[in-house]
Amino acid sequence: MSDLGPLIPRNRAVHPAPYAEDYKTSVTRSPNLPLLSMESTPSEETGPVFGAELIGELDNNLILNWSKGLAPAVGERILVHGRVLDENCRPVPNALIEIWQANAGGRYRHVKDTYFAPLDPNFGGCGRTLTDESGYYEFLTIRPGAYPWPNRANDWRPMHIHFSIYGQSFGQRLVTQMYFEGDPLIAHCPIAATVRDRSHLDRLVAPLDLSKSRPLDFLAYKFDIVLRGRRQTMFENKLEGM
Amino acid sequence: MVQKLTTLAETPSQTAGPYVHIGLMPTYAGNAGSFPQEIGASPVTGKVNGQMIDIVGSVFDGTGWVLRDALIESWQCDGGGRFPGEEGADPNVSGHCRFAVDEATGEFRLTTVKPGSYVGRGGVRSAPHISLWIVARGINTGLNTRIYFEDEDNSGDPLLSRIEQRTRVETLIAKKVADGKYRFDIRLQGDHETVFLDL
Repeated sequence: MSDLGPLIPRNRAVHPAPYAEDYKTSVTRSPNLPLLSMESTPSEETGPVFGAELIGELDNNLILNWSKGLAPAVGERILVHGRVLDENCRPVPNALIEIWQANAGGRYRHVKDTYFAPLDPNFGGCGRTLTDESGYYEFLTIRPGAYPWPNRANDWRPMHIHFSIYGQSFGQRLVTQMYFEGDPLIAHCPIAATVRDRSHLDRLVAPLDLSKSRPLDFLAYKFDIVLRGRRQTMFENKLEGM
Repeated sequence: MVQKLTTLAETPSQTAGPYVHIGLMPTYAGNAGSFPQEIGASPVTGKVNGQMIDIVGSVFDGTGWVLRDALIESWQCDGGGRFPGEEGADPNVSGHCRFAVDEATGEFRLTTVKPGSYVGRGGVRSAPHISLWIVARGINTGLNTRIYFEDEDNSGDPLLSRIEQRTRVETLIAKKVADGKYRFDIRLQGDHETVFLDL
């Protein structure tokens, strides 16, 4: 295989601190010792390829996928869309995006979630899709509710959707959360606050995008995602696609 | 002022949280039927060239408590040291697996083909290993590590060679407990903390 070059080293400054005292669970689950850094190897530069045949027709429609298209979920109907790019501004095609979220009342379909808000019989809360050749993706879903969680005495999660992204290599693996423009709870959330620099946290907040909203049907929010890129230079590897 | 750099910054990570399984392993989470086919159900899809092995272990927090909510992904080459997609790679090795620590016992099990060694950039040979990525509530950025094997020649491996405190190397080496059976525990923090990677 031709050498596309090593992955650009991860800039840890954009990521959360592993240890964040206000997010209590992180206190005993964060390594104390420094990470071992070195240049990426084939183990990080390769990764699984996901074929379109894996993805079902309703997989990216959370309003309908749990009921197999029989009945829509309750809640504010929204389109979540955006592009997956790499650090070199290049689209990442065929990236696997998986999302999971609470229902409109703030309740997850999970045995450990015992919040008062009821389950919606027509909402499972997970979806997935592959980006197209320009890195673009879309989900149709309902806006998740905010909910309280056991951390400090009165902590509430802002409305959020969990994202898992698989690009083209194992070293690009990323999980994150998308927040919603204007949610006052973001400023109070110890999980959001694990991102040390406010300008980087802002990149997790999806703006309302009326240009993609469908009149009398759904609102839209735009969420672009950036994965690690590859370092290609003439001095160390053959340039491709640059 | 200088010219503008047109590079982008990676999207910040956030914890996968306590409900990660409903998104990534819905059947395990009790939501079977969410998708027609789940991702990473097994790293092998048929009869493989090489030895099938079982790796069992747990993930411990800094108090020595076993995590019961961690989700792990693995990625590896085939028995001959070729990654899926490479010319001559074993067609029955997908190389990718998702597995959870058991919610009752905290134990995970990975059943896979033992990976071969391969030669990387610069002609350096890596000892056989499986890459892991660990997420859970309280882990703010997924943790990367590797499983090596005590019954393989690990001398000269470029990653293991970089570990200054040689006593820490053993945190990356699976112990052989029987033929084809290995034990690999992951310690997030504290005594015998696993070496986590940034590469």
